[in-house]
Amino acid sequence: MKPRSKRLLLLAGAVSLLVGAVALVLTAFQENLVFFHTPSEVAEGKAPQGRPFRVGGMVEAGSIRREADGLTVSFVITDMVKTVPVTYRGTLPDLFQEGKGAVVQGSLGPDGRFTATEVLAKHDENYMPVEAQYALDSAQMKKAAESLQQ
Amino acid sequence: MIAELGHFALILALVLSLVQAVVPMVGAHRNRLALMGVGRPAARGQFVMLLLAYACLTWAFIQSDFSVRLVAVNSHTDTPLIYKITGVWGNHEGSLLLWALALSGWTLAVTLFSRHLPEAFMARVVGVLGWVSAGFISFTLFTSNPFERLLPAAAQGRDLNPLLQDPGMIIHPPLLYMGYVGFSVAFAFAIAALLTGRLDAAWARWSRPWTTVAWVFLTAGITVGSGWAYYELGWGGWWFWDPVENASFMPWLLGTALIHSLAVTEKRGAFRSWTVLLAIGAFSLSLLGTFLVRSGVITSVHAFATDPARGLFILALLVLVIGVSLVLFAWRAPRLSGGGSFGLVSRESTLLGNNVLLAVACAAVLLGTLYPLFMDALNMGKISVGPPYFESTFVPLMTPVLVLMMIGPFVRWKGDDGGRVGRVLWASGLASVLVGGGVALAIDHVTWRTVLGLSLAAWIVLASLQLLARRLGERPGTPAGHRLRGIPAAWWGMWLAHLGVGVFTIGVTLVGSLEQDLDVKMREGQSAQLAGYTFTFGGAARLPGPNYDADRALVTVTRGDRLVASLTPEKRVYRAQGMPMTEAAIDIGPLRDVYVSLGDQIEPGAWIVSLHYRPFISWIWAGCLLMGLGGVLAALDRRYRKLAARDAASPASAAAQAG
Repeated sequence: MKPRSKRLLLLAGAVSLLVGAVALVLTAFQENLVFFHTPSEVAEGKAPQGRPFRVGGMVEAGSIRREADGLTVSFVITDMVKTVPVTYRGTLPDLFQEGKGAVVQGSLGPDGRFTATEVLAKHDENYMPVEAQYALDSAQMKKAAESLQQ
Repeated sequence: MIAELGHFALILALVLSLVQAVVPMVGAHRNRLALMGVGRPAARGQFVMLLLAYACLTWAFIQSDFSVRLVAVNSHTDTPLIYKITGVWGNHEGSLLLWALALSGWTLAVTLFSRHLPEAFMARVVGVLGWVSAGFISFTLFTSNPFERLLPAAAQGRDLNPLLQDPGMIIHPPLLYMGYVGFSVAFAFAIAALLTGRLDAAWARWSRPWTTVAWVFLTAGITVGSGWAYYELGWGGWWFWDPVENASFMPWLLGTALIHSLAVTEKRGAFRSWTVLLAIGAFSLSLLGTFLVRSGVITSVHAFATDPARGLFILALLVLVIGVSLVLFAWRAPRLSGGGSFGLVSRESTLLGNNVLLAVACAAVLLGTLYPLFMDALNMGKISVGPPYFESTFVPLMTPVLVLMMIGPFVRWKGDDGGRVGRVLWASGLASVLVGGGVALAIDHVTWRTVLGLSLAAWIVLASLQLLARRLGERPGTPAGHRLRGIPAAWWGMWLAHLGVGVFTIGVTLVGSLEQDLDVKMREGQSAQLAGYTFTFGGAARLPGPNYDADRALVTVTRGDRLVASLTPEKRVYRAQGMPMTEAAIDIGPLRDVYVSLGDQIEPGAWIVSLHYRPFISWIWAGCLLMGLGGVLAALDRRYRKLAARDAASPASAAAQAG
């Protein structure tokens, strides 16, 4: 092989490697995006059915209930306007408490009950999950906007 | 008074860093030796000032001086002494001070160990480091002053975040910072080379040991962080693809590419522009990591601050660093063309392939980490990218990396015969596929991932042995001991680090294939089975600690009739913040960890207990340790010192000094 064609081959190899890798990354990216929705958005039916997504807000006071097996927990996530009932089986994070912020990931069943595969709480006393805070704020703003319109 | 002294020292350090940034640069530009010489004493003075400032802050923590706001927020009179000292960097302001101190330490080391470098080149290196330092010290002083007073003083402190009151946290941040900051030396060398136009094999040789040491620190820091997450977060996971982990992993990926690319630049003079780009990239990603972690834009235990001014400052610094260095690169790079040509099958092309793949992997992590932030910033919805994305991209990207890594050392520089390499490696390749498949069958877990991972790992290990045998066979006739000693440390470093990747791969594959978890509700005397072990719950008792109250449970682990371990997981509540914490108990073994963590007490006497079985997880840490050791050996190679002496003596460097 001439040096020139060798170099072309090397270049072609490197470029196809790069293209393949980028294609792989982008496909995986498309498939694994998890969207966040506030309880209000879930109530409006904006959340996807049958695809995992995240919901965040406050854990409603007095809503945590344990099943007889001790492992299955149900609670309600609220943005102070709408609520989403959640079921989760597993160990809860240390800072998961009623009246505190939390974000859950999982999917919505046809009965409107959210089955969580993952529960995230805050990391320390001062800290609120950004998404949970966002859910509360946007619900508040919407409420304020609606009361202005009336 | 002590706090004011520290504050004053920090201001002096800023002044000295500005002197260090400006004067040697001007001297190098105008070719004035007197001005160039100012860099070293300025750097040393700056180090002393920062050390003083750091000591003052530590003193305030030890004395529990709650009139200093930072101490009041992050310490408590009951905090154990060791966590008072480490609490200094368990917060935003203090960790920035540590960052600056680490940078200054690196600069000091450069001025001490690189006396042989041409004065003009050295002046520019020190100058660039001075600019970085000035940026970070002013960031600390103007947005995050650690010495800020709290008036009136608090009666009692709020204590350090309990998650950080842990031995792993004592060493994780300093190691990681030494790594992050260490890439600033590689960056400074690259910028100085662009400025002087001197980007040759000698330059690569000067920057190689520095870059390797930085890489070792980063490797160690990430490993310790991963270990900390494993035992402290109580889920038994070792890597979560959390944005903060990604922030340290991205510079590691580019840094790994950089140390290999530097090797090519030194040996063959090729890849010069690419090496410079990688040096700029690795440092920029270190800054980006600091930005992500410290600005509070991401949700994490590391996000101490949520002050937008701080995020903006680092972002500005980041844009400035990337912008200026890329402009400089665009201006100077056309001069860098050339270097040795190489064939399709050559060591250069294997290293090039790996470099490209590592850069793509880094870009993939960057995309997954930053895309959600962009979407959020543009108000296009809140999204998150979870572990499945990273896992599905990393396996296909890293598989060819491992194969190329294993083949590379067998291939000759410049050009080789593909058939020859194939003949050398086909037997070990076939053997490893058999081993991989066989082990997968034996553990009854035949998935393509397990077979692939085990086969690759087996091939890496076998090929490493083969490589060693060939190296020893190179000089027939000489005694074996002689031949062993004849191998340079750098070669052993490469060999050990690559072997470490194999060990790491075994660990990752087997943990992923065989790990088992069980959450159960348990009362005293009840037991549960997992992975052939019987876990018997012996009840829990209340136990006070120095600054927390714990419920300590006793869980006996047996296998058949044999007692394996008595584990005492705890659920703690730290008094000052009323914050609950899970303290897992682990029986560590070479072939498996048994891991128990205590959940909530759901009824009197009934607890939720999480049981985890983690086979071969120690191999993950062992693999990382081997990689780090390999780096240490490579950086300690005598060659660097010998060649350094030669560079200093040669007329070429004298000429460069004049120019």
